[in-house]
Amino acid sequence: MSVVDTIEPVDRKDFVPGVRGTDKPPGKGDLAMALVFYVYPFIRGFYFSLTRYNLLGTPHFIGLDNFTKLFQDKLFWNALLVTVEYVLINIVFQTILAVAIAVLMHRLTQSTVIRGLILLPFLISNVIAALVWFWLLDYQIGLVNGFIAAIGFDKIPFFGDAAWAIPTIAMVNVWRHMGYTALLVFAGLQMIPGYVYEAASVDGSTEWQSFWRITLPLLRPILALVLVITVTGSFQVFDTVAVTTQGGPGNASRVMQYYIYQKGFTEGQFGYASALSVILFIILATVALIQLRLLRAGESDLA
Amino acid sequence: MATTTAPSRSAGVADTPVKTGGKINAGRVAAWAAMIILILITLFPFYWMIRTAFSTSKSLFSDPNSLLPVDFTWGAFKRVFGLATPAEAQAEGGSGAAVNFWLFLRNSIVYATLSTAGQVFFSALAAYAFARLRWPGRDKVFFLFLTALMIPPIFVMLPNFILIKNLGLINTFPGLILPYFFMTPFAIFFLRQFFLGINKEIEEAAKLDGAGHWLIFFRIILPMSWAPIITLFILTFINQWNDYFWPLLVGANDKVRVLTVALGVFKSQTPQGSPDWAGLMAAVLVAAIPILILFFAFAKKIVNSIGFSGVK
Repeated sequence: MSVVDTIEPVDRKDFVPGVRGTDKPPGKGDLAMALVFYVYPFIRGFYFSLTRYNLLGTPHFIGLDNFTKLFQDKLFWNALLVTVEYVLINIVFQTILAVAIAVLMHRLTQSTVIRGLILLPFLISNVIAALVWFWLLDYQIGLVNGFIAAIGFDKIPFFGDAAWAIPTIAMVNVWRHMGYTALLVFAGLQMIPGYVYEAASVDGSTEWQSFWRITLPLLRPILALVLVITVTGSFQVFDTVAVTTQGGPGNASRVMQYYIYQKGFTEGQFGYASALSVILFIILATVALIQLRLLRAGESDLA
Repeated sequence: MATTTAPSRSAGVADTPVKTGGKINAGRVAAWAAMIILILITLFPFYWMIRTAFSTSKSLFSDPNSLLPVDFTWGAFKRVFGLATPAEAQAEGGSGAAVNFWLFLRNSIVYATLSTAGQVFFSALAAYAFARLRWPGRDKVFFLFLTALMIPPIFVMLPNFILIKNLGLINTFPGLILPYFFMTPFAIFFLRQFFLGINKEIEEAAKLDGAGHWLIFFRIILPMSWAPIITLFILTFINQWNDYFWPLLVGANDKVRVLTVALGVFKSQTPQGSPDWAGLMAAVLVAAIPILILFFAFAKKIVNSIGFSGVK
């Protein structure tokens, strides 16, 4: 089930030497474009991280200065910490809810309508999701705070309080992504053959036992892939922060990508911003590799 | 691996719940209850958008918790579409400032449609090259593409921004569209899977009749894979429509500003005090409508396409 599986062994049969005359194959120009918009910027990104560059002049090579500065930058460490907090909250809730939805759907219904409804939040943009929740969670007249006040608690400044900002943003994105993640998990569930459950129930296993003893272990490879996708995506949270808190209050929600954006585009320190994004890239690559290793994603217990 | 074909029915027993008396049924009732609660949480914010959009902004303060629109009015939508006079708008709690909603809507349509069309077409070409043509280093290049799937977008966006800036394309549609126009690794990966599954015999017959690669691509491959191509088109369109970061960097100017960026500004434009919530929710609803239409028209396709046909 790993992505790499799909590279096929070369099939000798379809090798037709010198196919007819001047037939230029399609796709080659495309690869050139891939070079222009993926490979070239990728390399340039590394280069910029070694320069001082304010967008107006030309990049000025300064070696590893950006990185030494970065490791002493309190805001960088803060951004890293805040991002990790976000990722943890986001991923834990999102994964648990997604698995719950997927298993419920799997056991209860195959209805496309229900799957569609569950997917709906994913189809609207992050910006819209952020705005709707910004409104629902408004301190003065938001419905949620209205409810909290009605049952006798103090209102919560969800976006305005340093302790609440990150959990709130994380949960908004859980709302937007849980349905999508659930459908990915659901696709994985459908690959578990029914006879496994049949055998288990013949042996007197309850649904609850079947879930822990069969579903979860057999779902592991899928779950690993889903986690790699959601965790790497989660590290790059930006839209919701930009629309709601803009990093605040104070530095409470200044996540990595928002910090990179501010450094590069508000403060014009492009070299420094590039160094930050190199760090983010290294973190993401490492996290993805560790996850795949730990969860042994390539192997399926079904095989 | 491409497993959109995941057998939903052959999963037979898993689908039919085991019935062993009343205890299981109680469990099923609880399960349905949980499911319904989750669906309600999913859908409620959508209802709240509608409820707020039909309310009068000023009156929201007097009755914030009413589940029905407060002081029902079409005013918010009028403000969004620029049909309300400033005086009318202010009377209902709007800012009275002109919002170029039609322009932003047009920009979103141009941006999403062109970048999607280009991306799907060129990705199809590249996918064909990866699936069918033999050329030195093909599998290595493909592996490179898969790796590119893992690169955080921001890492490429900073240098791409410089590139677009050096080309003098900031605040232009070409600048917005170019980096997306040719391909994304995901689209290539997605289509290649389908192309690999197409029977080669037809192509070989065509080759014998003298057809070249272009002819085969347009007359055989494309017609045979219209279903995955439409699916990809819809998914990409939704993605592009919802895109925020890149348009924020490159398209800040009104002339090319898309809806997502405009909505962000719309919120922060509000001076002291409370935003025009009704107007904002009406704008949000209208901004979401094209996607919702697309969704209701192709719900089945979209829902079924989410599996492991492409890792995204």
